[in-house]
Amino acid sequence: MRTRGLTVLLVAAGATLPIFIPWLKTPVILAINNGLAVLGVLVLIRAGQVSFGHAMYVCASGYAVAYAGRFFHLDGVVLILAGTLASIVLGALIGLFIVRYRAIFFGMLNVAFSMVLYSILVKFSTYTGGSDGMRVDRPPFAGFTFERSGFETTLLYVSICIAVLAALIVQRYFASASGQALAAIKTNETRLEYLGISARRVFWGGYVASAALCGLGGSIAALAQGLVTPETGYWVRSGELVFIAILGGSSQAIGAFLGAVVFEFVRLYAAAYVTGAWQLVLGTALIVIIFAAPSGLVGLVTRFGRGRAGGHAS
Amino acid sequence: MSAPLLKTVDICLAFGGVIAADQIDFELAEGERLAVIGQNGAGKTTFLNICTGYLSATRGKVFFDGEDITGLPPRTITRKGIARSFQIPQIFTEHTVRECMQLAASAVQHRWNPLRPLCKSVNLDEVEHTLELVNLASRANDQACMLPEGQRKLLDVAMALVLNPRLLIMDEPTSGVCSDEKHGLMDTLMRALSERRVTSMFVEHDIDIVTRYATRLTAWVGGKIAADGPPAEVLKDPIVVKNVMGG
Repeated sequence: MRTRGLTVLLVAAGATLPIFIPWLKTPVILAINNGLAVLGVLVLIRAGQVSFGHAMYVCASGYAVAYAGRFFHLDGVVLILAGTLASIVLGALIGLFIVRYRAIFFGMLNVAFSMVLYSILVKFSTYTGGSDGMRVDRPPFAGFTFERSGFETTLLYVSICIAVLAALIVQRYFASASGQALAAIKTNETRLEYLGISARRVFWGGYVASAALCGLGGSIAALAQGLVTPETGYWVRSGELVFIAILGGSSQAIGAFLGAVVFEFVRLYAAAYVTGAWQLVLGTALIVIIFAAPSGLVGLVTRFGRGRAGGHAS
Repeated sequence: MSAPLLKTVDICLAFGGVIAADQIDFELAEGERLAVIGQNGAGKTTFLNICTGYLSATRGKVFFDGEDITGLPPRTITRKGIARSFQIPQIFTEHTVRECMQLAASAVQHRWNPLRPLCKSVNLDEVEHTLELVNLASRANDQACMLPEGQRKLLDVAMALVLNPRLLIMDEPTSGVCSDEKHGLMDTLMRALSERRVTSMFVEHDIDIVTRYATRLTAWVGGKIAADGPPAEVLKDPIVVKNVMGG
């Protein structure tokens, strides 16, 4: 079980390093929550479908957190739940329509919906703050009031716990009857229908789950940054989620987080050293990954693990 | 005599100028094993597609066990008890053979708890029994895409069989299966069907198989049933000899 070792390593690094190197806190929190959104994209990839609009759910939950925080002054825990719920409701509604489509139509319809949300947020600036976005004031968390540093530490550990839990739940879902039916959408919808299973209903379930994961990540990220902007829902951001899914590898839940962490730090360092050309570095990295390890970073790790295990056996 | 299990009244369907179904009145009684023969384009598969909801007829009605099922989608008809296998096997190529069967079995039991593993949501004995019945137990852990054509066909049939249907419709179950395995396959299949008291209807080109396993035979010509009755009689019918056997 190479991936279990990898999971333990990632969790341990995420939980300890930022304590010794405080500036790491924000990028690690953002990477983990980006990873949650990528996990949502992975659920759809399981069904053979790629969405180029899922930043919409990250964005929607962020704004839900901002509004709920501004008008009701709720606790951080409640805000995260409210943001996630907003994404679930939005995903359930859009899902009703969008699960009829597959492949390029599915991908582009998601973009279309996400750009509608983006435009609304930019144009109705009286209510949404326009392209400047909305501030999210630091709320009390689970009844406690924190200073900035304490709040970030709390969010870090909450994010790690939620990420581990989400990854476990998603793995269980993949192994369940619904999850296996979701994977069967990729290969044979005709047979699913002729087993008496509604492919659309199965896909709808997966779609809502993916919206929920994006919402979870988006809510925590909004709290961590203290700001939401329409930019979080821009189509380029959706593309990044797919990019990370391929980078990390779509076969296992851990791939989403591994990919997100690598992405965050490549971006951070590339932006510092080759300012203005960090996309070039990322693009090159993706090309290398696709050629060298088509199953992503997770594929590399498991292959390395298998090679070693084989070595022991001989 | 009891009401027919499957009944169609005045089924009509044309693709452009080609008439695929021409006023078909048809009845199938419980317990029958019906073989369907006819040349390509005679409307055999079209008729199966209409009965199972894949195609809608422009006119006419389909009844299953006395209930009108005209225009219902395949999944609803499947849940009512008509299962089907295909001329080109419809299997989940990225799942293992066992997973395909478990997924099929889970469809009957309606256990969709997303946190309960698939293997715990189904009756495993039944899955294994069906796999043994079609001689696929030894390949249960292989990816379905690794199977040769003949075994894909068996898996396709097995996935339909594990649904515990009242009527099993098979579109050319032995095409693609090598000729010395055909009889073995049909023996096991027919044994399984009588064990479970499943009524069946199958399209078949091999006259030898038809005469050996069917209790009734229909011959199709130009979207119509040209002859219907015991296999020995139908095969002697001059219209059948001329249009179907190519004599």
